[in-house]
Amino acid sequence: MNAVHTPQRYYLAPPSYWPITGSIALFTLVAGFALLINGVAAGAYVMVAGALILAAMLVGWFGTVIAENQKGLFNKRVDLSFRWGMSWFIFSEVMFFAAFFGALFYIRNLALPMLGEGQTVRLLWPHFVPAWPTAGPGLAQRFTPMQAWGIPAVNTLVLLSSGATVTWAHWGLKRNNRRQLIVGLALTVLLGLSFLGLQAHEYWNAYHHLGLTLGAGVYGATFFLLTGFHGAHVTVGTIMLLVILARAVKGHFDPEHHFGFEAVTWYWHFVDVVWLLLFIFVYWL
Amino acid sequence: MEAVASHDEHAGPHARGLVRWITTTNHKDIGTLYLCFSLAMFFIAGFLAMLIRAELFEPGARLFSPALYNQFVTMHGLMMIFGVIMPAFVGFANWQIPLMIGAPDMAFPRMNNWSFWLLPFAALLMIGEFFVPGGAAATGWTMYPPLSVEMGPGMDMTIFAIHILGISSIMGAINIITTILNLRAPGMTLMKMPLFVWTWLITAYLLVAVMPVLAGAVTMVLADRHFGTHFFNAAGGGDPIMFQHIFWFFGHPEVYIMILPAFGIISEIIPTFSRKPLFGYASMVYATVSIATLSFVVWGHHMFTVGFPASGQLFFMYATMLIAVPTGVKIFNWVATMWRGSLTFETPMLFAIGFVLMFTIGGFSGLVLAVTPVDIQLHGTYYVVAHFHYVLFSGAAMAIMAGIYYWLPKWTGHMYDETLGKWHFWLTTIFFNLTFFPMHFLGLAGMPRRVADYALQYTTLNQVVSISAFGLGLSQLIFLYVIVKCIRGGVPAGDRPWEGATSLEWTLPSPPPYHTFETEPVIS
Repeated sequence: MNAVHTPQRYYLAPPSYWPITGSIALFTLVAGFALLINGVAAGAYVMVAGALILAAMLVGWFGTVIAENQKGLFNKRVDLSFRWGMSWFIFSEVMFFAAFFGALFYIRNLALPMLGEGQTVRLLWPHFVPAWPTAGPGLAQRFTPMQAWGIPAVNTLVLLSSGATVTWAHWGLKRNNRRQLIVGLALTVLLGLSFLGLQAHEYWNAYHHLGLTLGAGVYGATFFLLTGFHGAHVTVGTIMLLVILARAVKGHFDPEHHFGFEAVTWYWHFVDVVWLLLFIFVYWL
Repeated sequence: MEAVASHDEHAGPHARGLVRWITTTNHKDIGTLYLCFSLAMFFIAGFLAMLIRAELFEPGARLFSPALYNQFVTMHGLMMIFGVIMPAFVGFANWQIPLMIGAPDMAFPRMNNWSFWLLPFAALLMIGEFFVPGGAAATGWTMYPPLSVEMGPGMDMTIFAIHILGISSIMGAINIITTILNLRAPGMTLMKMPLFVWTWLITAYLLVAVMPVLAGAVTMVLADRHFGTHFFNAAGGGDPIMFQHIFWFFGHPEVYIMILPAFGIISEIIPTFSRKPLFGYASMVYATVSIATLSFVVWGHHMFTVGFPASGQLFFMYATMLIAVPTGVKIFNWVATMWRGSLTFETPMLFAIGFVLMFTIGGFSGLVLAVTPVDIQLHGTYYVVAHFHYVLFSGAAMAIMAGIYYWLPKWTGHMYDETLGKWHFWLTTIFFNLTFFPMHFLGLAGMPRRVADYALQYTTLNQVVSISAFGLGLSQLIFLYVIVKCIRGGVPAGDRPWEGATSLEWTLPSPPPYHTFETEPVIS
């Protein structure tokens, strides 16, 4: 290599107590959870303690990174590392949902027809019809499946609009229009909260009027775990958007450098796509 | 390969004592932590193996209750996989990848610290299981329902330990991928990377793809256990076989997660001690990618006895056999690298050659098991135990040992004790084969695995196996002694203790300064 090469300095992170705090938090959280589900009521307090330490860790750790960024310690290469990191994190999330979608497809297309074919099922449960949705042949519980064209359709509109508002906010940021950025983000947060409110109402309705519970056979199991984990991700996404909104109000980000903002929009769009799949395969078809 | 010398102006004082190790963001410190943790877990999980062999020394289940025996088997498997082999490879990745590609550190140093410091807490959960009512999980490491749905609180702790281990693995993998893709020194193109780096890139991809699937599977078990769901209960429309599908969709790539970095280590060692470049570098890369791709479509060969339609059995059988092709390419390339080389047989090379021979035996028994009608006979017998110990002990674990002997001089600055290293190799190899080769015969004769007792006709071979296993276990104390001795002192190693070694880390001092490549080196 003959070309003149200007060596590039790397940013090296100083030692940190946040990771060990996070480990203690997670350990406390799961230890409390293990106690709680095995009949030790005090486990709930242990869980709360774990969750509080975890929250403190997240605030502290992300706060440190934001402060370093504001000091201008990060260069192009760090920015690219964050991009790779976020992309692969979202890929891991895709695979997490794939496990539950895989379970849904396996039950609907393979397990259920096979359950209806066997001699055993004809002897034990002669009246069982292997058709989706089902609570299975052996449960007494009866339920009404969730209809797609009520709240879920409204929620689809809400989430799709939130994807549009967050993109509009991004346009504002790129044109250095602060007002548009802040209004767009605030609208997105509101839409996220509306989605969560409607989802909570849907769950309440399912439990109180439709007989649709976690125990409602494999339909209830797949319905609540898929939509529940999605709802949890919307919650996290909304919190992330709130942080970005607060940072935008404080004057962070400029038209060229705003990966924190972009990462959250990537995450938000990912949650959006998962919802579309849920709407099609869990609610509609 | 030439590198511009690194400079060390920022290697000022860093924290000392425990605080250094808890708060460190240095890839070398974290690599050391991973390797020490792995070594500690190796002796804990190995002790469980000794207990298993003590129980099987004679028929009659006299030492432990069958329930306790099953707990030992389960925790031996889980700890060896998640506590020993995977952390050891991540330790190698931490130490070696930045040195080999000319990076200053890992891409996310604080997250790197967290990936490690989650492990001791997961280990605490797993060891703690023995002390809760009902004892540890006793389902085997595969955690099949309905058994896993019915176990005591130990199963919940296993599930949470797996969640924590999964978070650790995913963060570690993302860190490794990002480091390799983004922090290579100028001139270090992808196809110039040492093969160890390549194998870890593919491994990290597999980890990000399948650890979340395992998390999903155990979460469904947790929900069936405590929240009234019916994922794995036919009465509610669920299906216990579904767990096996989801588990093995994770499980088979997991097998390659535990062997691809081993391939990488062996691909560094054999050229060094053959004093020849690796034969067929590009084909090694493509073979690694092929193995990883195929690993996603062969999970059914773990479940040939569940009642697949013939089409399913045929598909999984042929897809599994197909993996022998890229694996064969690798074995061929290692042998071709040694062909007409100037071979010397230092300890790392002995372990590497042992790896090639014995891993191939494990590969062949894998091919035998891929044949559906044969597998239906051998499923759940000691033949399977023999097979996977040939690929995991003489494969993964011996590659780890090879790598330790190979890089220990670089890491510590001292040469290890060559005589003791050779003793370690020969004793390990002899006792390993005496332990696991007879298991093929036991399996073919029908002895079932995961049972505390056996029929009288299996006694003689089991006694041979148990005595050899104790020898194998004791031989590892030599390993521990050699490592401790090497860390404490020894003949100075110099920058390049192996004159055939060509990758970038050998241009650095031994031990390398606390921070290396703060400004990027140029690879020409």
